[in-house]
Amino acid sequence: MNVAVDPVRYVAKNMRLDLRLIAEMIEPGTRVLDIGCGDGALLDHLFRTRGCDARGIEIDMAEVTRAVAHGLPVMHGDADSDLAEYPDAAFDYVVLSRTLQAVGRPREVLRQMLRIGQHAIVSFPNFGHWKVRAQLLWSGRMPMTAVWNRPWHETPNIHPCTIRDVFALCMEEGYVVERWLAVDEAGQRAPWRRFAGLANVFGEQGLFQLCRA
Amino acid sequence: MHGAMDQSDLLALPRIEHAHVAFDDGLTLDCGTALRHLTIAYRTYGSLNPERSNAILVCHALTGDQYVAERHPLTGKPGWWEMVVGPGRPIDTDRFFVICSNVLGGCMGSSGPQTPRDDTQQTPPPRWGTDFPPVTVRDMVRAQKRLIDHLGVRRLFAVVGGSLGGMQVLEWAANYPECVFAAVPIATAAHHSAQNIAFNEVGRQAIFADPDWLGGRYWEHGRVPARGLAVARMVAHITYLSEQALTRKFGRRLRGTPVPAPFDDIFEVESYLRHQGSSFVQRFDPASYLTITRATDWFDLAAEYGGDLAAAFRGTRTRFCVISFSSDWLYPTAESRGIARALNRAAANASFVEIASDKGHDAFLLDEPDFHRTLTGFLAGCAEHAGLPR
Repeated sequence: MNVAVDPVRYVAKNMRLDLRLIAEMIEPGTRVLDIGCGDGALLDHLFRTRGCDARGIEIDMAEVTRAVAHGLPVMHGDADSDLAEYPDAAFDYVVLSRTLQAVGRPREVLRQMLRIGQHAIVSFPNFGHWKVRAQLLWSGRMPMTAVWNRPWHETPNIHPCTIRDVFALCMEEGYVVERWLAVDEAGQRAPWRRFAGLANVFGEQGLFQLCRA
Repeated sequence: MHGAMDQSDLLALPRIEHAHVAFDDGLTLDCGTALRHLTIAYRTYGSLNPERSNAILVCHALTGDQYVAERHPLTGKPGWWEMVVGPGRPIDTDRFFVICSNVLGGCMGSSGPQTPRDDTQQTPPPRWGTDFPPVTVRDMVRAQKRLIDHLGVRRLFAVVGGSLGGMQVLEWAANYPECVFAAVPIATAAHHSAQNIAFNEVGRQAIFADPDWLGGRYWEHGRVPARGLAVARMVAHITYLSEQALTRKFGRRLRGTPVPAPFDDIFEVESYLRHQGSSFVQRFDPASYLTITRATDWFDLAAEYGGDLAAAFRGTRTRFCVISFSSDWLYPTAESRGIARALNRAAANASFVEIASDKGHDAFLLDEPDFHRTLTGFLAGCAEHAGLPR
């Protein structure tokens, strides 16, 4: 799979580094829905630098209030129950960053994303990373890393998955993986993009752009 | 009734001249009746820019009026939304031209039970009283549209309102989408629930049960069913507050001697409600109360669009900000969420925020910094999208 992502050109203030990579995948002037948009950093960035009609959904009311008070169109809601309301093909891109592993029904959420959007952009922490594997192997306890940083009984990440798991799910559902890359914790692209097996061991996050077949 | 409510000899509201505009071609109402003359009383704040692009229409609630941000001519109290409308406030009158009109059916100068009837040869014509035809929220909005046209505003930058005001905002967005750049329905619902109607009905029955109601002809005899109206206000006022707010304000505190007397107000909350009731009747007309509560009960925006609320907003380019308050049990967050979801179904550009507050429905009138920040930010964002000059 060929990854045709331009080099990173923008560094938006207060924007997580992986969001920059996502922003780079989005065509200017398009309609974007960011699910789990937090305080709306990506929305702001997409509006200001790419002229996108970018909207967000966020489950944390304090974040919603902050985003709307910042002039951004954000709706309180959650991925599991609110996507079904949107009409088909309402957006060019539907973004779900670092949230796939935390939703109740990831498969259904992906289906909805690709129903309401032309493309789905999904990022998630890779549970196949070697540190995670090593910790589980050596300590026999649920891993605690920079990415997986909450104890098992506290974590919102109820559906941990690996990069290979997501490839398998896309295969099952018949989605086309338009681009994918492994990202390290700092949000830089890791050099494992040609080899899913290596990416699955050394990539801390997976970033996928999907569309329907 | 006993205690503070004993002054029952109120006559009609004092006559005040309200700034207004009269339309001699009248208005045909949803009920089929045509008002031959339409009068809309209104106030404006700030100034309209040369592009006429900075106008914000504020829609008032059931017992509000056009005196949003100035001393009320009748009560002498500050404007009902001075916390939100004024220089440097969320609806900044240094930047925006703010318009607020008394609703159709109201009693502060717009056509309603207090205005002279236009279907009689009598001179001078008597007031409409309870013969004023029933109006709908959509009628109220049509009347406002006439005012906006009269003021030379082709597109409102925003329409903002809470409670019944929020219902008007929704009607504006549904009926005149091209005239509304941004819409902010606050603490409201797209229809009145059975519970909403039930509370209104208790209020109406209290008015009917007043001996001064005189079978609905009270105004012909110079009487006012003030005690009934006061009870209606007391019931309604309870629905505007949360249990927490009542507990915080009054708890079980007593007034004076702790002797349980059956007729006096013993608890502070009682005297508070009695005061609310008795001061309300000094500024509100019972027939207006009936007219407007009927309009809110009748309100069902989805029903106007074949039962699908999303159909009311299909194809809209208006930017919405739906705001609810967590402790509002009159128009609970679930109602606002329903509006937000309908907007999603219509793929509208919509924000939806529930403000954490323990102050109940009235929170939209009170000091709620998160609400004010949200409104300020939303309007600022919209101004940027609208290319409104700073």
